[in-house]
Amino acid sequence: MKKILFALATTAAVLGFSASASAQEKAKVCFVYVGSKTDGGWTQAHDIGRLELEKALGDKIETQFLENVPEGPDAERAIERLARSGCGLIFTTSFGFMDATVKIAAKFPDVKFEHATGYKTAPNLATYNSRFYEGRYIQGQIAAKISQKGVAGYIASFPIPEVVMGINSFVTGARTINPDFKIKVVWANTWFDPGKEADAAKALIDQGVDVLTQHTDTTAPMQVAAERGIKAFGQASDMIKAGPQTQLTAIVDTWGAYYIKRTQAFLDGKWETTSSWDGLKDGILTMAPYTNMPDDVKALAEATEAKIRSGELKPFTGPLKKQDGSEWLKAGETADDGTLLGMNFYVEGVDDKLPQ
Amino acid sequence: MGIFEAILLTVITAATPLVLAAVGELVTERSGVLNLGVEGMMIMGAACAFIATQVTGSPYVGILAGIASGALFSLLFGFLTLTLVANQVATGLALTILGLGVSGMIGEAYVGQSGIKLPQIVFPVLSDIPFLGPLLFKQDLIFYLSIAVVVGVNWFLFRSRAGLKLRSVGDSHASAHALGINVIRMRYLAVMFGGACAGLAGAQLSLVYTPQWVENMSAGRGWIALALVVFASWRPWRVVAGGYLFGAVSISQLHAQAFGIGIPSQFLSALPYLATIAVLILISHNRRTTLINTPASLGKPFVPDR
Repeated sequence: MKKILFALATTAAVLGFSASASAQEKAKVCFVYVGSKTDGGWTQAHDIGRLELEKALGDKIETQFLENVPEGPDAERAIERLARSGCGLIFTTSFGFMDATVKIAAKFPDVKFEHATGYKTAPNLATYNSRFYEGRYIQGQIAAKISQKGVAGYIASFPIPEVVMGINSFVTGARTINPDFKIKVVWANTWFDPGKEADAAKALIDQGVDVLTQHTDTTAPMQVAAERGIKAFGQASDMIKAGPQTQLTAIVDTWGAYYIKRTQAFLDGKWETTSSWDGLKDGILTMAPYTNMPDDVKALAEATEAKIRSGELKPFTGPLKKQDGSEWLKAGETADDGTLLGMNFYVEGVDDKLPQ
Repeated sequence: MGIFEAILLTVITAATPLVLAAVGELVTERSGVLNLGVEGMMIMGAACAFIATQVTGSPYVGILAGIASGALFSLLFGFLTLTLVANQVATGLALTILGLGVSGMIGEAYVGQSGIKLPQIVFPVLSDIPFLGPLLFKQDLIFYLSIAVVVGVNWFLFRSRAGLKLRSVGDSHASAHALGINVIRMRYLAVMFGGACAGLAGAQLSLVYTPQWVENMSAGRGWIALALVVFASWRPWRVVAGGYLFGAVSISQLHAQAFGIGIPSQFLSALPYLATIAVLILISHNRRTTLINTPASLGKPFVPDR
């Protein structure tokens, strides 16, 4: 049923495009969003980046976007429509768009593609990502300081390396403060479903966690945390409005600078395939103000952030053990990017079995 | 509050919108009209209820707005399929797409605002009953309405004369017409009742479940409600059973995960669908009664000859 719906929706979208295509000569930069551009989280952060791009290069380019595009095979049609409608550079902004983007990129060698958080590249397909896990390490430390019970709840979306990496980083950070710290993980198996995310938050709180973090896209878990009087972390966008007394900090994705840089390169004819993976120091993610916590915790968080920025601290530094107790990193050893991007195991302290 | 009670409270919140939307659609389908626009009407209800609440400051006005918007929106479907005799399946799908789009547009300014949660209505004495009291007598108005709607619909369909007429319209519109029943008017009313219920279900989403507005927040619940009607073989109490079972399994699987039992989460996520379908098929397995309950004119257009 959803497929039929989507077919109708894309058809409608195409009709819309063909009407406007002849009206302009500017280069077209297009975006494919998995959620709604006002979701208050992941997609909104990308859309803010798109608006910054328009502001910076609006005289040379125009932007277009498709919202609520489901992951999987359906995404192909959406991306292909954009490619056909004259987009020169297309950003596909969700991990689940990876194979669809690869396929369409092969079909349209003259169009440049950029896929967020994936790992497959081609001569006309670059990838870009952000080291979100750096922020999650800081969150873990804050959680371990704030939590009375030593247990945090973690609402996860899908068991992909990106999410697993976040969980591991959070636990690793927390365990530098409290070596016995534990987390409970609930997989919502969706990026976007306010009701289900709220249910997951309630389940975790009912089972006794007293600090909550999420890797899903809406502010519903923050709202539940506020209602139940525990603290929580925001995701992708600053969610302070959903929990003025609740949010400790949030990982805020700031894609704008990257979009401007890459579009400029595209306009100059200097675009080439890259696999960009920047972090806190490059400004591709920032931490929302540290609030609702004692001053010493805030100071600790700020110090950790500064150390990560300067490169002095890398979140995944040994000695670290895997969940089963076997050794992963020796003392002083740091994880390489390849391992992180393919991460399919938990570190010690995660109270969950990783879905394979 | 024990963990079991906590789980049940969450289940009630999760199941109420499903039950409401499904019972509304049940009445629509019993009159022989298949409206696939439940998701669209629900999301319109969610948006309008939230907006009205923010504007007036009263969630009760929000509830009214949700019901009214759902009913009005379904009227569009009614006009297209009943008066203009458009294809019901295509029109229903279009209604869903339109609803998702329009609600996103009118709600854009309200995204990110923190909503006002519908207050609980506490029945004195009754709510002090251990265990059941807080579950059943310390709820919000929409929960009580959902129970009232189910009881009312069950009575109406199987105990009242008007309900008999409605069912006869759904089973054979030609015969009903020959008997002098105004088929089109009956169907208009049934469609609007379905719309009102879906709108109320939407209001529950944006006023109780997650008191906020985000585009697409119904996230497929309208489709689940539609499926419930079929698997419950058009019987109101089976719809309730199915809705609550679906909610119960959905919430239990989240608790199972948080508890850390080693079952793959993908399987657990699929479990509510599997369990609900299996159970409803089992209780509806008698083919003869299923056939009797299936509205024979479902989805068929009716043009009265003059």
